[in-house]
Amino acid sequence: MSMKSLLNAVVIFFSATLGLTLIWAILELPVSNHIHLSEQVLIQLDASGVRHPTTAVLLNFRGFDTLLEVMVLLLALLGVLDQTKKRKPKNLSISIRLNQPYLQALLWSARVLVPMMVLVAGYLLGVGGYQPGGAFQAAAVLAAAGVLLNLSGLLPTWREPSWSLRLGFIFGLLLFLLITAMTLFLSPGLLLQYPITLAGIFILIIEAGLTLSLGLILAGFFLLLSDEVNNKKADE
Amino acid sequence: MSDPIPWLILLPLLWGLLSFLLGVGRGGRLAIVCLVIQLALVALLVGQVVAEKDRYYAVGGWSAPLGIDLHVDGLASVMLLLTHVVILPLGIYARSYFSHNVEGVGYFWPMLGLLLAALNTLFMSADIFNIYVTLELLGLAAVGLVGTAGNTRSILAAIRYLLVTLLGSGVYLAGVALIYGSYGSVALAVLEPLIENEVSVAVFLAAILMLVGLLLKTALFPFHFWLPSAHGGAPTPVSALLSALVIKASFYLILRMWLGLYAPLATIQAAQLLGGLGAVAILWGSIMAFNQTRLKMLAAYSTVAQIGYFFLLFPLITEVGSEAAEIAMQGGVIQLVAHALAKAAMFAAAGVMILSMGKDDIALLSGISSRLPLTLFTFALAGVTLMGLPPTGGFIAKWLLISSAVSSGQWGWVVVMILGGLLSAGYVFKVLRQALLPAAAEMKFRPVNPSLEWPAFLLTFISLSLSFASNNVLNILGAG
Amino acid sequence: MTGALIYACVGAALFVCGVAGLILLPHLLRKILAFNIMGSGVFLMLVGLGQHDNIPDPIPQAMVLTGIVVAVAATALALAFVRRLLYLTSKAQFVANSKSLDQTEEKLITRERNKEGDASK
Repeated sequence: MSMKSLLNAVVIFFSATLGLTLIWAILELPVSNHIHLSEQVLIQLDASGVRHPTTAVLLNFRGFDTLLEVMVLLLALLGVLDQTKKRKPKNLSISIRLNQPYLQALLWSARVLVPMMVLVAGYLLGVGGYQPGGAFQAAAVLAAAGVLLNLSGLLPTWREPSWSLRLGFIFGLLLFLLITAMTLFLSPGLLLQYPITLAGIFILIIEAGLTLSLGLILAGFFLLLSDEVNNKKADE
Repeated sequence: MSDPIPWLILLPLLWGLLSFLLGVGRGGRLAIVCLVIQLALVALLVGQVVAEKDRYYAVGGWSAPLGIDLHVDGLASVMLLLTHVVILPLGIYARSYFSHNVEGVGYFWPMLGLLLAALNTLFMSADIFNIYVTLELLGLAAVGLVGTAGNTRSILAAIRYLLVTLLGSGVYLAGVALIYGSYGSVALAVLEPLIENEVSVAVFLAAILMLVGLLLKTALFPFHFWLPSAHGGAPTPVSALLSALVIKASFYLILRMWLGLYAPLATIQAAQLLGGLGAVAILWGSIMAFNQTRLKMLAAYSTVAQIGYFFLLFPLITEVGSEAAEIAMQGGVIQLVAHALAKAAMFAAAGVMILSMGKDDIALLSGISSRLPLTLFTFALAGVTLMGLPPTGGFIAKWLLISSAVSSGQWGWVVVMILGGLLSAGYVFKVLRQALLPAAAEMKFRPVNPSLEWPAFLLTFISLSLSFASNNVLNILGAG
Repeated sequence: MTGALIYACVGAALFVCGVAGLILLPHLLRKILAFNIMGSGVFLMLVGLGQHDNIPDPIPQAMVLTGIVVAVAATALALAFVRRLLYLTSKAQFVANSKSLDQTEEKLITRERNKEGDASK
């Protein structure tokens, strides 16, 4: 008991000290030798192929980070798939749960909402070039539509994914990768260096592909695990 | 197009994605073909670095500070070469291992591809935020691989490893935020000239946060608590991969920042602290390794001890004469290379013996010397490398480190290194003694495919030939 | 003190709360939540510190977007592991020692065997 409370006290003391030091450091921050990258972003914005500075940074100036980051999402999906593979599916038939009449309202609203969500996702994807929005936001809305469909019993839980679903998961990532590889063969020839005339098109293609695949991956985080029940309850 | 740098990142990502498309447990053959190509690409790159010094590469054509720079120097070349020399035999081993033992293969190959892309990028990146992304990619790949076995022990190890690696990269990112707030850039090329002896509180704090975050991931004592369960509980090819390479990545970053970005802040007191923790790690790790009853846990605790050796490097390169520092640096890098090869071989050999015994228990080893002589020989040679006896790479590394310590008058570290060698002899001989006993009558060994034994032997063979080729490694290191 | 620095200071406070929670809280779900609080704190620091002279800087904003995606991925992976652990041990906590770990593993194996026996009958 005393050992554990000592540890707690030490950790809390260190965290508090760290927090206060951090705040002190932030308030003492000198601004003299500061580089203003935001100005450089605005100067180069015309060459980036999009009109929104954050999208320009995300998909052009620091597009390499984004390439690696979508791979992080895929890795998480691989980890989730490895865990779902080993459990025994215990399927509670969702249709039974939805027999109550008041739940028909949920069913009806899901049927209305989902097409609208797809529309919103398309809109978010389209405005990403000049306004806040883009592939990740659109993908999140698509994934939410998938979750809604699953919860209302219209879309069954995903099992071990088939070939076509696996292709869907990585379609956008593969497209991004192939365009990245293609830049090595086009005129300037550096990794991820889009020719100025094609930059806008390339970024739009990448964003569209990513919306689909990231939407599927994010939905997969939920839909691959959603039928699992706590084994303790099932055993009793 | 003929430049190897972008392909070293794209190729592993590409075969990782394609092997996912092929399905569960598939993609081994594709991976091995691509690993051969990658080895050739690395050889090409190393040739370029040796011929024309450091190579810079501006991703997207936007050079720092707007874009992300890659930078390959001598140290990065050594690490890239080491990674690919270790991973090719391990890949062949893994393919054979998973054909014996299908449970636990899962999506091994896609994860391996992404892990390699993360490692290659990490070694080349010259941008502290890009390094954060590679750290996360590396960490999640490693955690996913630990979890593939799917039993309680490995899931617990994976969760603990995941939380530690997330804490480590979160703390690192807090440091990055402070640096960006201070200087408005995350590019090493911009930051290095700006950081001087006198820095603001924020920069000093950033240095500490980034160091602590990376130490957590490197598992230096007392941050080692997660390592034995993760490395000991994972499927054997994964254990070998983690101990040989993944640990080295965050150590490499600490070394890079110590010598580069934060060199003006690197004091001898900080170096003594790291060296002291390293010394404790050597003693604690060796003693714990000796007390283990399971072979893979023994090898995992041996990694805890060997990580300690890496950190003895810091007091030997900080505030000493340039000649002593250079010798120490050479010794440290040879130590990294020798340990990666030897530990990969040791885990691989342990995996073969465990497959043959059917259970991970050192007490059951008696009689294995007549059943698997090649594998036992592999294990013994790897052990001799860890002890640092001639004629291995481990000996050359210790020789260089000790002579550097002597020339800068730091006798304490000499004692630690010699004591550490004796302690590692203790746990290696514990295994060998048991293996050389006559077999118990009721013990039945299962036959093992030679395609498992030979890749493991190949790894020790390379590690042994390192002692004759160490000058080549030092040439590459000096090219930077 | 500009408005942006207030965000950075709040971010610093959230960051240390998250770190302390990640280390101290025993329940794994709470640890995952603490990690997310820690991450949000770092993101606030990054955006707040980048925003000098009250001009929004797109670079840290893009970095934070990257960081958020990484945090989502890590959270999903962590939750999948915790669910698996819950399935195996009925507990979302670290098992105290390896002896009890072996026992739970044996129990689980016998239970699965019994079930298979029931199914074959």
